[in-house]
Amino acid sequence: MRTAISPLVMRQPRSVRDALRMLRDDGPLTPMAGCTDLYVGLNFGTLGDRRFLDIWGLDELRGIEVRGDVLRLGALTTYAEIIRSADVRRRLPMLAAASREIGAVQIQNRGTIGGNIANGSPAGDALPVLAAADALVELRGIEWTRRVPFTDFYTGYRASVRRPDELITAVEFPRVAGRQWFRKVGTRAAQSISKVVMAAVRADRPRIAFGSVAPTVVRVRRTEDALAAGASVEEAQRVLQEEISPIDDIRSTVAYRREVAARLLAQFWSVTR
Amino acid sequence: MKRAQRPIAFTLNGKRVSLRVHPMTRLLDVLREECGLTGTKEGCGEGECGACTVLVDGQAVNSCLVPVAQVAGAKVVTIEGLKGRHPLQRAFAEHGGAQCGICTPGMIMAAAALGPRPTLGQVRTGLAGNICRCTGYEGIYRAIKKAESRSKKPEARRQETAPTIAPSKARTPNPESRIPKAGTQRAR
Amino acid sequence: MSRAVGRNVVRKDGAAKASGRARYVDDLTRPGLLYARTIRSSIPCGEITRLRLAFDASGFTVVDARDIPGRNVVSLITDDQPCLADRQIRHMAEPILLLAHEDRERLLGAAVEVDYLPATPVLDAERSDRVFKHVAITKGDVDEGFRRADRVIEGEYRTGHQEHLYIEPNGMLAVPENGGVTVWGSLQCPYYVHRALAVLLGLPDDKVRVVQAETGGGFGGKEEYPSMIAGHACLLALKSGRPVKLVYDRVEDMLATTKRHPAIVRHRTGVARDGRLTAMDIDVLMDGGAYCTLSPVVLSRGCLHATGPYRCDHVRVGGRVVMTNTPPNGAFRGFGAPQTLFAIDVHMDRIAEALGMDPARLRELNALRPGDTTATGQVLGRDAAALDVLRAAVARGDYRRKRRAYRGTNRGIGLSLFFHGAGFTGSGEVKLQSKASLELTATGVRVLVASTEIGQGQRTAHAQIVADALGLPYDAVEVAVADTSQVPDSGPTVASRTTMVVGGLLKQGAAEMRTMLGHLTPAAYLRAHGPLVVTKQYEPPPGLVWDDETYRGSAYGSYGWACDVIEVERDPVTEEIRPIRVTTAQEIGKAIFPLGARGQIEGGTAQGLGYALTEEVVMRGGAMANAQLTNYIVPTTLDTPPMDVVLVEKPYAHGPYGAKGVGEMPFDGVAPAVVNAIRSLGIDLRQIPATPERVMAAPRIRDSRLRQAADRPASARQAGFGIRKR
Repeated sequence: MRTAISPLVMRQPRSVRDALRMLRDDGPLTPMAGCTDLYVGLNFGTLGDRRFLDIWGLDELRGIEVRGDVLRLGALTTYAEIIRSADVRRRLPMLAAASREIGAVQIQNRGTIGGNIANGSPAGDALPVLAAADALVELRGIEWTRRVPFTDFYTGYRASVRRPDELITAVEFPRVAGRQWFRKVGTRAAQSISKVVMAAVRADRPRIAFGSVAPTVVRVRRTEDALAAGASVEEAQRVLQEEISPIDDIRSTVAYRREVAARLLAQFWSVTR
Repeated sequence: MKRAQRPIAFTLNGKRVSLRVHPMTRLLDVLREECGLTGTKEGCGEGECGACTVLVDGQAVNSCLVPVAQVAGAKVVTIEGLKGRHPLQRAFAEHGGAQCGICTPGMIMAAAALGPRPTLGQVRTGLAGNICRCTGYEGIYRAIKKAESRSKKPEARRQETAPTIAPSKARTPNPESRIPKAGTQRAR
Repeated sequence: MSRAVGRNVVRKDGAAKASGRARYVDDLTRPGLLYARTIRSSIPCGEITRLRLAFDASGFTVVDARDIPGRNVVSLITDDQPCLADRQIRHMAEPILLLAHEDRERLLGAAVEVDYLPATPVLDAERSDRVFKHVAITKGDVDEGFRRADRVIEGEYRTGHQEHLYIEPNGMLAVPENGGVTVWGSLQCPYYVHRALAVLLGLPDDKVRVVQAETGGGFGGKEEYPSMIAGHACLLALKSGRPVKLVYDRVEDMLATTKRHPAIVRHRTGVARDGRLTAMDIDVLMDGGAYCTLSPVVLSRGCLHATGPYRCDHVRVGGRVVMTNTPPNGAFRGFGAPQTLFAIDVHMDRIAEALGMDPARLRELNALRPGDTTATGQVLGRDAAALDVLRAAVARGDYRRKRRAYRGTNRGIGLSLFFHGAGFTGSGEVKLQSKASLELTATGVRVLVASTEIGQGQRTAHAQIVADALGLPYDAVEVAVADTSQVPDSGPTVASRTTMVVGGLLKQGAAEMRTMLGHLTPAAYLRAHGPLVVTKQYEPPPGLVWDDETYRGSAYGSYGWACDVIEVERDPVTEEIRPIRVTTAQEIGKAIFPLGARGQIEGGTAQGLGYALTEEVVMRGGAMANAQLTNYIVPTTLDTPPMDVVLVEKPYAHGPYGAKGVGEMPFDGVAPAVVNAIRSLGIDLRQIPATPERVMAAPRIRDSRLRQAADRPASARQAGFGIRKR
């Protein structure tokens, strides 16, 4: 059932600094941006948060730029902006591919990369790309800025190293060498949630990440090691099975997720040969 | 609860509107209940069906997922803003684009956001967030195709869609008039 | 000669819908309006032991079973379903208590605590011993038929629940007035609601008025459940003395309202070496859910279509629909036929396989022809068009060549042949005694029927029929809103009967009115003679005889006939089955409004693709666990393939301008054609939806002619990133 709106609190900062001050002095506040998941939680009565910090208006957090070898996306960059960006298409085509498969146009116009990270769903479609690309998440507090490797960002199911007084302000991608690959296996062709999602880079040492097969998005480093060491795909698939822990839910089954993850690995390996 | 309300102003179908509402009220509810524009529909309340699609600064969004505070200062266009004269509207009515009609306003807004002469591929991708349970989408594609062939040059079309009607509370309709006139559905 | 019929006139409701002016129930309001909410059970079976309002009740109107002035039932076939549970709970999300308040925020914030004494629910239809209805159909001697068989082929086929997913959720607005009550609502059957309200509220008929608001899709889902919602809204309105609006959100609509009946159908079929069917023994089990609703009739239609459009001298069909502690299942486009037609047509492909025969040839050999008798002994007329549609679809869809060409690839092609009886089953139409009226106006005529426009084009098709029969322009025909204070009872808007049956009455009325008008214009007639209303009541066509006891006779006035050819592609990595092309030939007598007929066929086919491939209602503990649009997977634009529709017209002698029904049939054949296409890939699936999980787990067929890429290792398909899969 829908949550009543009147008891909810929304703070609207005028700047990032203002936002960080509110987080520190007036917390706890849940940052909100494109709201593509927030109202779903409110409408299903599954979101417990009652106090929100609306950062949608903070234009400082928008924009895509290339700084030397680094591709930097402001946290409020929408999927639509990612899809349109020539820089992203050139340097990180797997992120453009992932963004095209998120929701549909209406969601792509509102959903943000920062929101995808903050929301922390194990099925977040862009997240395996961040993991495979060795992205850094920029976190700002009132008096500090720190960069956390994306692969160290989550500490458990929807739990992360972000402190309550920090904002995700950007995500940065170092130059990715090697052939990029992305595939989402969803419940249908559009507007779908992934059953298994994979992003990978074929380089001397391959980098491989999966979503929807564990409590968080996962980099499967032992599988990468096996492939880097020249193991056969079949051997790598066996290692992969030890690294993932999918569940049965209303969207799919353990057996399906395991088998498809293995097949995706094989497909990646043969397509990028 | 009153304390939580705050003034919010935006441009709705070409007219400036100013309201006092809770900032987290869904844009959908503001349009339908505060502004009396019921052409925008709620099909799911979770951003899946697209029936509530409106344009915010020219971009299609699900108004069920937008807190009204986030459109402050923005330009919002709803189905009413097309004034029944957009080539898509006539084409949907005449070429099987509308059956039960509940997805139609959102579908037309999403189609309008595609710009002139989209390819079938662009239409299919651009409308993937709008679910229709009646047509199997084929009638919708046909209608969009017809609208293209009928639409004028892009400039003229933009002008035609430029909204000028008064929305809003000022005209909150007489409740009785919102009910179909007793007894008849006038032939159109 | 004909000026409107058969032409693509402009839909009567088109402009209002495309402009956003059309008013659906949630668009209506009234001064002093209260919003309403339903408190529902959270157990599938047991008793309520205690109920507590854990909120400040000031300003609230609260209704429970004790507030019901009439009988606490949702009156339909069997009055077993309470409008509000009193003590006994028989399914999840059963209505217990109603709340209304003028402030929706306070309404949403109100908490009600309910304690239960739970009992053990029956959730598995196969383990239920409470039967709502048995059906038995016998033709010839099935044992004799098996003696004549060279081969006997058996199989079990399963179909699941399906959610209608009309895009407008259910809702009602009730207003106390004139010592009674008026409701505006999203509904298909105004007089069903009217009758149910009179019983519930203990009011005389003239104190209850039901008006259809514009309705955002029905598909059967707004056939019987609206009587429940209208009852709730009226109880609150009468107790508070104020207008009450009760509109469901999507989650509630999915959790609480009816679904398509799940079914298990078992076939045992005798065939001669040459492919002729010698015996059909069919067992049908349907899950009715917790209350009877329309289950007996759903079962009946399912059993009457269980043989498919095939001739066989020795048939036995036994069916039962049973009670389980799940939300009641109800009407849904096809009404029992899709379940049994799925079974028979997948079974036919298995028979073809067993005989090493071309599936199209097997169907050609056994298709019902004019003069053949159905399982109930009905002799088919000249409009029996199974062979026509079969040949049309097979040729147009290039079935035989593609079936050969796709062998060994990940493309498959499948076929289904099906039929659908139009109108109520058996003597149903006689019992309905439907009426339709025409009222002369100064500028033309007004159609007065209780049939509802739910997107299918009722207003348009009725106006076309009347315009031509009366010799007036289409624009001179108005169609009244379905308002029980204005229109006669034309029966429900269900069963593909609106054009054929109600349209037929209108044509008769218009012809009579034309004679009365003579050479006068409507205005001149009114000046000379005063008001004119012509009303016609249904009478069965001569020779239409049915026996409800023995299930013998003419089950339907006429049947439509159709054949689907569907191509799919299997993704070898994910086992996803993607439909890539649909060719369908559908014989509907006469397409009154061709654009509308085509829309019904394309829309019904898309809904059928969802049923076949993705639409799974996940039931856990008696409740739908995926009751959100994000998790109940209906087809989007990118999931729906191009469709090639061939309309075939073999006029039905007793339909207006030859028209039969078209609303339901397009749905019926999609799932078997899809599953047969999957079968052509060497995958033995006998259950829908054919989710990738099921396809992956399904046995592979060992037949060398069918074995294909399916049991080869996943090959590297060139589907790199950046290429949209669909």
